[in-house]
Amino acid sequence: MSNLIQAGYLVSAILFILGLKGLGRPRTAVRGNQLGALGMLLAVVVTLTNEQIVAWPIMIAGIIVGTVLGALLALRVQMTGMPELVALYNGFGGIASVLVVLASYDQVIHTGTEDLTYLIAAAASAVIGAITFTGSIIAFGKLNESISSVNSSLIRPANAIMLVGALAAGIAFVASPQGWTWLLILTVLGLILGLTVVLPIGGADMPVIIALLNSLSGLAAAATGFAIGNTLLIIAGSLVGASGLILTQVMCKAMNRTLTNVLFSSMGAGGATVDPNDVYEGKVRTTSADDVAMILDTAERVVIVPGYGLAVAQAQHAVRDLTRTLEENGTEVVFAIHPVAGRMPGHMNVLLAEAEIDYEKLIEMDVVNPTFAQTDVAIVLGANDVVNPVAREADSAISGMPILDVDQARTVIVIKRSLSPGFAGIPNPLFAADNTLMLFGDGKAAAVDINAAMAAL
Amino acid sequence: MNFLILLTLFTLAVFLGIELISKVPPTLHTPLMSGSNAISGITLLGALVSAGNDYSTLATWLGFGAVTLATINAVGGFLVTHRMLAMFSTKKTTKKTAK
Repeated sequence: MSNLIQAGYLVSAILFILGLKGLGRPRTAVRGNQLGALGMLLAVVVTLTNEQIVAWPIMIAGIIVGTVLGALLALRVQMTGMPELVALYNGFGGIASVLVVLASYDQVIHTGTEDLTYLIAAAASAVIGAITFTGSIIAFGKLNESISSVNSSLIRPANAIMLVGALAAGIAFVASPQGWTWLLILTVLGLILGLTVVLPIGGADMPVIIALLNSLSGLAAAATGFAIGNTLLIIAGSLVGASGLILTQVMCKAMNRTLTNVLFSSMGAGGATVDPNDVYEGKVRTTSADDVAMILDTAERVVIVPGYGLAVAQAQHAVRDLTRTLEENGTEVVFAIHPVAGRMPGHMNVLLAEAEIDYEKLIEMDVVNPTFAQTDVAIVLGANDVVNPVAREADSAISGMPILDVDQARTVIVIKRSLSPGFAGIPNPLFAADNTLMLFGDGKAAAVDINAAMAAL
Repeated sequence: MNFLILLTLFTLAVFLGIELISKVPPTLHTPLMSGSNAISGITLLGALVSAGNDYSTLATWLGFGAVTLATINAVGGFLVTHRMLAMFSTKKTTKKTAK
């Protein structure tokens, strides 16, 4: 590799580092993303000076097709559909790493230049990249609700066997790299593992899995870098791998679970089973949009708790309108954001930002919780488990999970389609509490109705 | 290239990545994830060499597939991140002009 390429890669690596650093702060995030893109462009341009590159037409064709498809998808996606698009991109990155390793192996197998570093790295890249690909495709399908969770007691033992099998195939490949057999077996095992690991993961755990897959796609790129001796792949790949792991950890902490717990056991396994009838019967009070409007009219402070259901109902714009009406009425309105609300880390923040709700109004859990006691009305819109007070008790499926203390507000209004349980599959005593009123219906329609009722007062 | 040099790069970059990402506000988790996801499209560099070095038909076509998919990852990832971040920043500017 020429000095020019190496020097270019050094500048690209610096741009990636500054880019990631910039993405971590609201004021510098836009520039951070641009620096990252600039780093990528520079890296591609200097790579093209590589004297080994001779087959230009096919390569340029790949770049053009990829750019057009990537841009079309990115510019057309709705903000509610963004998590699945990121998952899809992530999968493409993973499978690209696998293809690069397979292509390099075709060369190695003929020239016989393999060394130990190459073989270990190629095996790692094939299996990690393959897991990332099918795992991301399943995540994509689950996020846009075309694939539902599959759970069977056989899946997890089968995964453990396949993992051991992949390890054995990896060792066999490194020990006797005679042909394609072992590398292809590794790739296929990786593809199957990606499917079977992500399929049983339920909706509430998706933020963890998306973060983990993001990390894996970085690690696959880094492994590819070891295999083909490309320093920038190693640096950029491990930066992404590390940042994805940090986010995975943040998400796990927010749910009070460990990563092994998310991957290898289903939520709700512990705790006593509670009959929903015991919790709800005769205690649930329903309300109407007109009544809610009257309660809100006299409220001084309102906290809105958005959840997964807000995204599904695409209610963010209707909620924004309601917020404006309340503010014109002199009411203070803030949003309480649980760390795992939505379908990917920070998803609620993006959705509400799309509806032009000032991000200074979005308050983190630790900051907002002490203020519920001074809150007149808490509106829970499409959230369930993250406001379930049984999390504070010892013997429940979600014991210890940090929650938003909405039950301390003077009045709690829960907008929800029905009394059906959330992901944890347990009843929520909040819905039957003395200070709670249930408004059954679609989140968007409810917000519109309340807004109209307020205007009519 | 010497394995230990590559391993050194890898290890330092992992530690750097951890330092860079700690303490990111939740507002930015989604854009950060999609931006770093775009950076993982860096495997494009390896794809370019595979597709362009005309070693064998198999390698060329594998490389072509890899170039296409990695480009989608990188270009799409940066663009979608930009769209998300633009929503945060338009608000800031309108607020400033309002004041």
